[in-house]
Amino acid sequence: MRLEPRADSPLALQVFAPVGAVVAALALCAALVAWTGAPVLRAYGLLIEGALGSRFALTETLTRATPLILTGLAVAVAFRAKLWNIGAEGQLYMGALAAVVVGGGMLDLPAWLLIPLVLLAGMAAGGVTLLGPAVLKVRFGVDEVVTTLLLNFVVLLLVSMLLEGPLKDPMGMGWPQSAPVIAAAELPKLVARTRLHAGLAIALGLAVLLWLMDTRTIWGYENRAVGANPRAAAFAGMPVTWIMLRTALLSGGLAGLAGAAEVCGLKGYLTLDLSPGFGYSGIVVAMLAQLHPLGVVGAALFIAAVFVGADAMSRAMPVPNYIADVMVATSLLCMLVAGLLTRYRLRRG
Amino acid sequence: MALSATGEPEVVLRLVGITKRFGTLLANDSVSLTLHAGEVLALLGENGAGKTTLMNILFGHYVADEGTIEAFGRPLPPGSPRAALEAGIGMVHQHFTLADNLSVLDNVTVGTESLWRIRSDRRAARARLLELAQRFGLEVRPDAVVADLSVGERQRVEILKALYRDARILILDEPTAVLTPQESASLFDTLRRLTADGLAVVFISHKMNEVFAASDTVAVLRAGKLVATHATSDTDRTRLAELMVGRAVTPAAPQPLAAGEPVLELSHVTVASDHGRPLLDAVDLAVRRRQVIGIAGVSGNGQTALAELVSGLVHAEAGSVTLKGAPVERADPAAMIRLGVARIPEDRHSAGLVGAMTVWENLIAERYRAPAFSRLGILRRGAARTYARRVIADFDVRCPGPEARTQTLSGGNMQKLILGRTLAHKPDLILASQPTRGLDIGAVSYVHGRLLEARAAGAGVLLISEDLDEILALADSIAVIHRGRLTPLLPNGRASISQLGLLMAGHWDILPEILDAA
Amino acid sequence: MDIVASLLDILVSAAFWTAVLRIATPYVLGTLGELICERAGVLNLGIEGIMTLGAMAGWMTVYQGGGLWAGVLAAAACGALLGLLHAALTVPLGLSQHVTGIGVTLLGTSLSYFVYRLVLPQASTPPTIVPFQPLPLPGALAQTPLTYVALAMVAAIAYVLYRTPVGLAVRMVGENPAAAEAQGLNVTALRIGAVMAGSALMALAGAFLTLSAFNAFFFNMVNGRGWICIALVVFASWRPGKALVGALLFAVFDALQLRLQQMTGGVLPYQVFLMMPYLLSILALVLVARRASYPRALMIPYRKGER
Repeated sequence: MRLEPRADSPLALQVFAPVGAVVAALALCAALVAWTGAPVLRAYGLLIEGALGSRFALTETLTRATPLILTGLAVAVAFRAKLWNIGAEGQLYMGALAAVVVGGGMLDLPAWLLIPLVLLAGMAAGGVTLLGPAVLKVRFGVDEVVTTLLLNFVVLLLVSMLLEGPLKDPMGMGWPQSAPVIAAAELPKLVARTRLHAGLAIALGLAVLLWLMDTRTIWGYENRAVGANPRAAAFAGMPVTWIMLRTALLSGGLAGLAGAAEVCGLKGYLTLDLSPGFGYSGIVVAMLAQLHPLGVVGAALFIAAVFVGADAMSRAMPVPNYIADVMVATSLLCMLVAGLLTRYRLRRG
Repeated sequence: MALSATGEPEVVLRLVGITKRFGTLLANDSVSLTLHAGEVLALLGENGAGKTTLMNILFGHYVADEGTIEAFGRPLPPGSPRAALEAGIGMVHQHFTLADNLSVLDNVTVGTESLWRIRSDRRAARARLLELAQRFGLEVRPDAVVADLSVGERQRVEILKALYRDARILILDEPTAVLTPQESASLFDTLRRLTADGLAVVFISHKMNEVFAASDTVAVLRAGKLVATHATSDTDRTRLAELMVGRAVTPAAPQPLAAGEPVLELSHVTVASDHGRPLLDAVDLAVRRRQVIGIAGVSGNGQTALAELVSGLVHAEAGSVTLKGAPVERADPAAMIRLGVARIPEDRHSAGLVGAMTVWENLIAERYRAPAFSRLGILRRGAARTYARRVIADFDVRCPGPEARTQTLSGGNMQKLILGRTLAHKPDLILASQPTRGLDIGAVSYVHGRLLEARAAGAGVLLISEDLDEILALADSIAVIHRGRLTPLLPNGRASISQLGLLMAGHWDILPEILDAA
Repeated sequence: MDIVASLLDILVSAAFWTAVLRIATPYVLGTLGELICERAGVLNLGIEGIMTLGAMAGWMTVYQGGGLWAGVLAAAACGALLGLLHAALTVPLGLSQHVTGIGVTLLGTSLSYFVYRLVLPQASTPPTIVPFQPLPLPGALAQTPLTYVALAMVAAIAYVLYRTPVGLAVRMVGENPAAAEAQGLNVTALRIGAVMAGSALMALAGAFLTLSAFNAFFFNMVNGRGWICIALVVFASWRPGKALVGALLFAVFDALQLRLQQMTGGVLPYQVFLMMPYLLSILALVLVARRASYPRALMIPYRKGER
């Protein structure tokens, strides 16, 4: 057997690839569920019910999808330009940090002014965090995969330091958490008496905006050229370094926005467990979406459903909720293979 | 032809009915060949005729769809370089297969010992390598790192690799493409020593004079088919050229034109590598309107740096670059495009085009910011497609349309796309780096025709090519580049081919003699 | 002067060097493992997950009644399996080594936590085992056996890479796979083998944490050590000897910061010291990036007969 490149990959195949990958991943994980002794079909039934089965479940899934859309977009934008940003987790925390600083009462402004300001501060903090590794990459040729990964740890320690120091909530009963943002900085709820907040609308709007940018503007045109062949882009006179740095700012900014939106829309304050790995899951989201901004929305919904559903499932049967992480990781690996099959076909001989 | 001891030439290799398809392309169409001990067989054909594919099948890199191979009377299992090596077949690839960071000895010995030996016997290996080197006159330094070797030395290592494994059949793919005429002559000497020792040699070429210089038998491939096999002494150039191309060939000869004012002037330009080594060393050069200046040289002597300088990708450390009379301060590709430089890169796949993008997206790559193609940052996709359709028609690009992805195009059509992108805008200076490398004859003559057309229209052309024949066919004047230094311009015809060869090899002591002859 | 004097005191104390060798051990093993993969041309970002799985598998084997050495073997076997997964996707299929590696890390980590929670659903304080004990040797030599295994590995891998035919073959496929194939070598098999061997070593690095350094398995136990190893490989210019030097240097800084932390007594937040290893790794990468000579075929998939 060998692989032969396809001249073109039909749209149907590109749409089917992620679906096939997800089905394969769920089938593989069924073996793991079976190993725990739980009835597989019932477990998956509980998972689906827990994710989509009620108004509450649905809003929970959408709430969980919000940061995943944003980190997924962050990763997709970066990977498109072959900037391997594995640091969305750290950028998310930097964005959250900026949000609690700016929205914590330092500025007493009306909500219509304060909210955009807080979100922009989050974006700026996230963008600057990725700018460092991007500069090291274009200036010194330092591989950004390792630097962004290492920065995740540095950022978490920085947050931990601030939460135990200057940002510590005096009313927090000794827990390492920040004071909450003021009411004017809180994002409005989308559905009353649920946790679903306006961050979702922002995330969806940005997905559409990025899609338009990608296909309709010279920025998107430049990004795609640099991502596909930086040498040819440079030869044609495109400012490759600036495009790289600009992409880094945008990518880090989107991840930072995810953090700011979580703080202002959901948690209200910053703790060290703000993100259960949204940054890393963002990589899976982006890959499942084949780096397409609109695909990111669908992929994020799927991943969010897995996480929310698995929590519900693990409450009802003895299957640890880490099954969700296993499913997500398996989906990523299956998606890589499925993506390959959209570009190549298997041939005998 | 050298005969074996009994007087009967022994058949060492027999290919029967080899057929190979790549998708819809029929690369080899039922090719049958026989090779005898002590014979040099030239496999002649233009680019894309299927020569390399055939040899890659023989060596097991590809598997034939049909046909069989027999070496020394035994069938050769398909698809296994190891089996080919064990059957006594050695191959010297066109692009050398050497690891730059490893030593000569490592490159020669890798894979020759059983993998699970507890220790490599390097002493014996070194002795054997030196013995072979001496026997066949292939001087090498076993401990040198390949990255430090010249092209000629690397080729010697490649040949030694095959001999070290007791190859009795040696395949050389376009072995002279990167050599000076003198190095080529020395290679042919080596081939004669090898055949005297009873080896059989297949060498692949598209150059007629080499066929006559080195081969006993010549087999001509055209469009995947074997069209003729002759004893070399029984045929002549014209006959072979017609067999190769399938029609009579008329070379594009430039009409002499009165050169105009200079469009590009380099004065004492020095360009250094990242490690501070000079890539261009105090180069002086002027290209005038209605003039083709050819830069001849063996690859790796600064051609890339010169092309990158004129493309705007690197800066001069010292000296000055002047375009149309105005000095260029800080050049970058965008500035060079604005100043009317049309640039044809030496590697169209990796530098010229974005393969994953469409034809229209590639065609506007150098001017997408112009009002014709974008307004307020929004692409005018309709206008770009219309423009693309016009260029496709004007430059005879064979493709399904503006939406086709460029990586699906053939090499010739990619080059036409690049020509269309740059020449459609009436350039003042054309930088053509290896403009016909790897193209078939049809595309080559198209490219040459377009370049001469632009010259007639008033552009100056800087032609950088490792193919001396191409330079001799197109250039009004020639400069030879060697280790980053450039000879003065020599009008085409002033220096003989062998004099140019000596200059390419660095024997500049003959320069006064050539210049005085005027 | 006080600081200098106390620094000197630290540097001459046996306890300090004992700590250095102990801290260095997982870095040595992990760096060697990554080095083997990269020498064959495959970047293995699965290292963090492979180390986690190694730590869990080794510990779990012992916790379930197996011997310590059985734990070591189980860890190595699990590592080799994850390595096989990474290699199967990146070598014959030629998938992105970056993204596949991240996928392997996510899988290794989540599987470890899943299995651990499955076996011990209610454990609030992690149960412990009796780990390897230091050998009865004087001073800093009193190390657990795995540290000596790590040191022996440095010499063994240097020997194999530079003195044996298989080592030359591995280096060749990492430099120029087409050349290796033209010499009759099986590029795919060599790369897969190298990645599996390297991954087994990474898993040993993880097992050292649960079987020697500590006596229990914690969440986030590996804590970026794998990523640091990747930086150390670059710092070591892909040479086993230099990898040892790099790991030791790193451990010296790490051990020093622990003591400085105690000495400064809370003037600086402890997080500042904990950041040091990560920042040092980034600094090391910046320092060597310019003159790093990567294996030429690193991260470039090789597909036979593609044109």
